[in-house]
Amino acid sequence: MRTICLYFQIHQPFRLKKYRFFDIGKDHFYYDDFLNKSILRKVAEKCYLPANQLMLDLIKTYGKQFKIAYSLSGTVIEQFEQFIPEVIESFKKLAKTGCVEFLGETYSHSLASLQNSNEFEEQVKLHTNLIHKHFGQKPAVFRNTELIYSDDIGKRVASLGFKAMLTEGAKHVLGWRSPNFLYTNAVEPRLKILLKNFRMSDDIAFRFSDKNWDEFPLNAEKYVKWLNDIDGKDEIVNLFMDYETFGEHQSRETGIFEFLRELPNRIFLHSNFEFKTPSEVTEKHQPVSPIHVQYPISWADEERDLSAWLGNEMQDEAYSKIYKTGEKVLKTKNENLIKIWRSLQTSDHFYYMCTKWFSDGDVHIYFNPYDTPYEAFINYMNVISDFEILVDKALEDSKPAKKSATKSSIKKVKPKTEKTVAKKSAATAKKKSRK
Amino acid sequence: MKILMFGWEFPPHISGGLGTACYGLTKGLVKNNTEIMFVVPKAYGDEDTSTARFINASDVETIGTQTELEKLWGNISFIQIDSNLVPYVDEKEFNLCASIDKVEKREGIFRHKYSFTGKYGVNLMEEVARYALVAATIAKNNTFDVIHAHDWLTYAAGIMAKRVSNKPLVIHVHATEFDRTGENVNPNVFDIEKQGMEQADKVITVSNLTRNIVINKYGIDPEKVETVHNAVDFHGRENIEIKRNVGDKIITFLGRITYQKGPEYFIEAACKVMERCNNVRFVMAGSGDMMKKMVRRVAKLGMGTHFHFTGFLKGEEVQQMFALSDVYVMPSVSEPFGISPLEAMRSNIPVIISKQSGVSEVLKYAIKVDFWDVDAMADLMYGLVMYPSLSKFFVRNGQAEVNSLKWENAAAKIREIYNQVTNI
Repeated sequence: MRTICLYFQIHQPFRLKKYRFFDIGKDHFYYDDFLNKSILRKVAEKCYLPANQLMLDLIKTYGKQFKIAYSLSGTVIEQFEQFIPEVIESFKKLAKTGCVEFLGETYSHSLASLQNSNEFEEQVKLHTNLIHKHFGQKPAVFRNTELIYSDDIGKRVASLGFKAMLTEGAKHVLGWRSPNFLYTNAVEPRLKILLKNFRMSDDIAFRFSDKNWDEFPLNAEKYVKWLNDIDGKDEIVNLFMDYETFGEHQSRETGIFEFLRELPNRIFLHSNFEFKTPSEVTEKHQPVSPIHVQYPISWADEERDLSAWLGNEMQDEAYSKIYKTGEKVLKTKNENLIKIWRSLQTSDHFYYMCTKWFSDGDVHIYFNPYDTPYEAFINYMNVISDFEILVDKALEDSKPAKKSATKSSIKKVKPKTEKTVAKKSAATAKKKSRK
Repeated sequence: MKILMFGWEFPPHISGGLGTACYGLTKGLVKNNTEIMFVVPKAYGDEDTSTARFINASDVETIGTQTELEKLWGNISFIQIDSNLVPYVDEKEFNLCASIDKVEKREGIFRHKYSFTGKYGVNLMEEVARYALVAATIAKNNTFDVIHAHDWLTYAAGIMAKRVSNKPLVIHVHATEFDRTGENVNPNVFDIEKQGMEQADKVITVSNLTRNIVINKYGIDPEKVETVHNAVDFHGRENIEIKRNVGDKIITFLGRITYQKGPEYFIEAACKVMERCNNVRFVMAGSGDMMKKMVRRVAKLGMGTHFHFTGFLKGEEVQQMFALSDVYVMPSVSEPFGISPLEAMRSNIPVIISKQSGVSEVLKYAIKVDFWDVDAMADLMYGLVMYPSLSKFFVRNGQAEVNSLKWENAAAKIREIYNQVTNI
């Protein structure tokens, strides 16, 4: 039997409110609670809740035959807790079926894996604990922010005890090879690598409702035919996508839920594929070879690199600024400040500053609360400027014989920091072309 | 194809965006295989004729003089008309200056032929009418395929020329009365504008912003109105290097200090920025009817030590001002196009422009803001001054963007419009 591996990403950032420079030093609450709450509610209603219900139904119908995997960022879990706890409950139900695997990632959906500091390891551990607390599983397979991967990152992930990692089946890395096999990290062969079949994945995630697509409309029958058309020697088809595909990016009216409901049935009846979670894939299949990835790849855009988050002057300054602040932040040992700092690391903040899409901004406008990358940058920098003032103050207060003033000044921040903000996943910015 | 074009100024007597635009446009059109006869009212009589050859045109000599600038202009010929028409002056203001010094100075070639109510020349509307009559004569005595008239002062001339010659008329809207005065429109001017637009076979607007005004406020059929964005020509222009005396960052407003340009919003935003940082200075360069009011406002806000007025800048001084600036702001309330931000970008300065400007439709590497949103404007000023990577980003990309706005492309679109109207 060949294998289909389904994994869905769930992430929302803590979106920042409009923060003017004259707020610096005065206003220490940075998030747009109203916006975050509205987005969370909307997406929960359209996607998370109905899609979870559908998955539960499928698992009830097919039992252990139907398997899926999720990765939830820490920031989205925090927001679920804060705004719509019933979503967490429905994920817990799914966890109890034993058919669902939860993957590990960085707590705040950050780019910390590109840093030399310990921050990456810290965030992974935090996330692992969070997942364990809610879903009773300790993640064994890792999925980095936006599927960012390189040999070095893989090595670090392996040292944290993960047995496998997911990433993009990027053409420029694979060359003639197929993504439909299990690979291993080039430095640490114990770490297995699962590669996304971006063509088959994006057929659902991006092209499903595209009327200009020559394969429109897509139905389960056609899709299973494509699966069967895949070279007989290929072993695994990894379908990785944003969970918001179901009901949000592809609205209910497009028939996406019917497609998903029908798909397993078709697969069982008309193909030799079976569903496995990423962990099961690594046990069932043998790796064919190591894969060398010297420079980081990701699942975003045509380039499949980091250019959606880093590269222009603004992104680079903002990015280096937030991590530079880190040393001071950690010195304060103030939990709230550290928490804010982590929320500011979320990759979406840098994604909004991207200037690549001036020409074809369609996909991006949808995910972006700012009109222009410049506003995103100025807003972020204003927030960081204020945050630095807070951090410096906290450090100063903690130096001499711990004055009581420290506590009070930081307390003010506390209720605010518990709130979080959400943004749409940057990963969804992939292009539409099927090739 | 031969075009009879009515304008109101040409180099070197450029007093604003329109002269620059006409200059670039005609140059571009010549490259697009078009021959142009350019008629301008001659207000000063001291036009640079060193590169020009006077042509004694038979019938036109009673009306004006025809000039051909050999090297520079190739196949554009000029017809100058002695007239008091001055751009950017409203009727009231015109009456004022006309009565002071123009009347006695003017040698009326027309006096013999066209004497209106006995007191010609002091009334702008009469000037417009007079220009129109002259236009009729020119139209009668020359052959051409299309008439092209720039802005309201020449619309009547365009209409007359059309009547006489039966050739299609294209009018080019660089600004409307609504841009110049807000809602306090002069009904006479409005009527002339509306008539021009109605009589025209095609109306060209310099931006979609202006196109919407033409359609909505003048009730012109959208089918007839086409946008051709202005471009910019930096040929022969060098950026100037200047040593600075102060270490402070300089944020600049450069333009006429009038309602249309929104100077008060610049001041309010400046005040907000100044409250938070003391290493920033503001410059308001230019002159205009709101200048005194602005000086008083700055004094009242107590910003005097860091807010400077330069008065009107000309020629090289403009370049120097750009060379000294770190940020350029154009907070126009209503700007049909607005060429100065392009000059700033060309001088490697990041620009903040109002969304109510035509130029914002063609620029990606400019920060856009609503003119009334002084909070946002202040925030952007602060961001550009405090976060250097933002500035760097604009300097890197702005230059290339500006250089890609070519008059040849705009002229090609206009040429296309000529083709349309001649096939009617």
